Amino acid sequence: MPEQQADPLGQPHPVIKIDGQREIRNWREFPWWFVALLFIAALAAYTIYTQESYREAFNWIKAGLQVTASISLISYIIALFLGLITGLGRLSSNVFLNNLARLYVELIRGVPMMVLIFFIALVGVPAVVDGLNNLGYWFEQQGIAFLGVALTSFNNKSFPMTVRAVIALSVTYGAFISEIFRAGIQSIDRGQVEAARSLGMSSGQAMFHIILPQAIRNVLPALGNDFVAMVKDSSLVSVLAVRDITQISRLYAGSTFRFREAYMTLTVMYLTLTVALSLLLQAFERRLRRND
Amino acid sequence: MTNAQHIIVVEDLHKHFDQVQALNGVSMKIERGKVVVIIGPSGSGKSTLLRCVNHLEVPTQGNVWIDGELLTTDQKHLNKVRAEIGLVFQLFNLFPHLTAMENVTLAQKVVRKRSKAEAAEIAMKQLERVGIPEKADAYPSQLSGGQQQRVAIARALSMDPKIMLFDEPTSALDPEMIKEVLDVMLDLAKEGMTMLVVSHEMGFTRAAADEIVFMDEGLIVEHTTPHDLFANPKEERTKLFLSQILQH
Repeated sequence: MPEQQADPLGQPHPVIKIDGQREIRNWREFPWWFVALLFIAALAAYTIYTQESYREAFNWIKAGLQVTASISLISYIIALFLGLITGLGRLSSNVFLNNLARLYVELIRGVPMMVLIFFIALVGVPAVVDGLNNLGYWFEQQGIAFLGVALTSFNNKSFPMTVRAVIALSVTYGAFISEIFRAGIQSIDRGQVEAARSLGMSSGQAMFHIILPQAIRNVLPALGNDFVAMVKDSSLVSVLAVRDITQISRLYAGSTFRFREAYMTLTVMYLTLTVALSLLLQAFERRLRRND
Repeated sequence: MTNAQHIIVVEDLHKHFDQVQALNGVSMKIERGKVVVIIGPSGSGKSTLLRCVNHLEVPTQGNVWIDGELLTTDQKHLNKVRAEIGLVFQLFNLFPHLTAMENVTLAQKVVRKRSKAEAAEIAMKQLERVGIPEKADAYPSQLSGGQQQRVAIARALSMDPKIMLFDEPTSALDPEMIKEVLDVMLDLAKEGMTMLVVSHEMGFTRAAADEIVFMDEGLIVEHTTPHDLFANPKEERTKLFLSQILQH
């Protein structure tokens, strides 16, 4: 029997406990939005299960789930590394590294993401291939045949569109994430570095053992947000004809003219991915905070 | 310039922060095993002087010798010298993501390259010395201010420093916790540690200080024994300051 408790309107109602953390004593605090979301998900599942046309669209589109998931995950992991290195570069006392990091961030932030994806995939990567080839010819002229053969063997087919999509998303998000790391590192009290240095640690040791562990814990919510954003922005790679769920939906809708089925299914798929992901991240953060 | 008995020698130290002159040419020599207390009004440069001794603050001009070694801006050399000088901060500056034990072992392992077992053994000894071995597994947020400051002292002592610097170690503490920190410092003084202490705890000064330094406006006004300073201060500024802090 749940405990009975009066609410502001005078009616008794049960105390609801969610994962033992918070007690909800008031109907105003109840997460109605979540119930509504579950209802929409249930409705979608029911529609896909019962209606032939929706089931067909779903079965087509789900073939792209693996592409969407792996592109998002791989790009995010690469972006984390790029972001950490760039964030450290922004704070470096080395003038060259500092300016290089700043240039990268400003260039990326100033261009729309879709334009960046076109640019990196269709201009950047071919330019790199040309550069590698020219370097290969030069090596061949110098008589270093094995390097020459290796470098001239690169062509535009060596970089399939999926790989270019991952490069484009990683480079773009690396710039955003570097700002998160920079802010996180700057939020740590100066006294922490001073204490580490006064014990004889080098600046690198202080960064690795003292600053970064605290900074990363502080920015975990922001990093989680960017992971969810990455899943959504991965839909942009459909402009490169990469067969993610968005691209397959476009193809399906275009060939069958079932726009409603295709885009309803697609929308529900993204919602399921992103909401599930944010709930997971929230649970993870709560667990971390409990250890404090 | 230096001789073997002077473990700290400071010569003509100047420090500017943008427009502010924190130190205006400070010179002093401190002998091995002495306890020296620095007093003075706020903004007189006491903390800056202390932080220049281990070059946490690099002086604009002037030299510091530690145990006969001239400090330069060479980072590797500075890291080595800093490992020999413990510094205790006003706000403790414990590492909040590490337990008391980990706070005390980290630098031993990373800087002194001690094994995990050896570092843990030394850490436990130091935590016992400051009287809180039972808090080894607590995080700083679970400790009182006095306990945090004692862990900070244990952390510094675990490096086997030749010198201990204290930067207003009790001024952020609630009154009932000041004694437990001062007791640890008194024990340390009795054991012959060279100590440079910025503090207005006159009880500690009377009980433990060999010398006292009065600073004002970035200069050392008087450097003498506590008895001399309290009994017959030579300068007007000293008299005025003493009358303000000794009233109560």
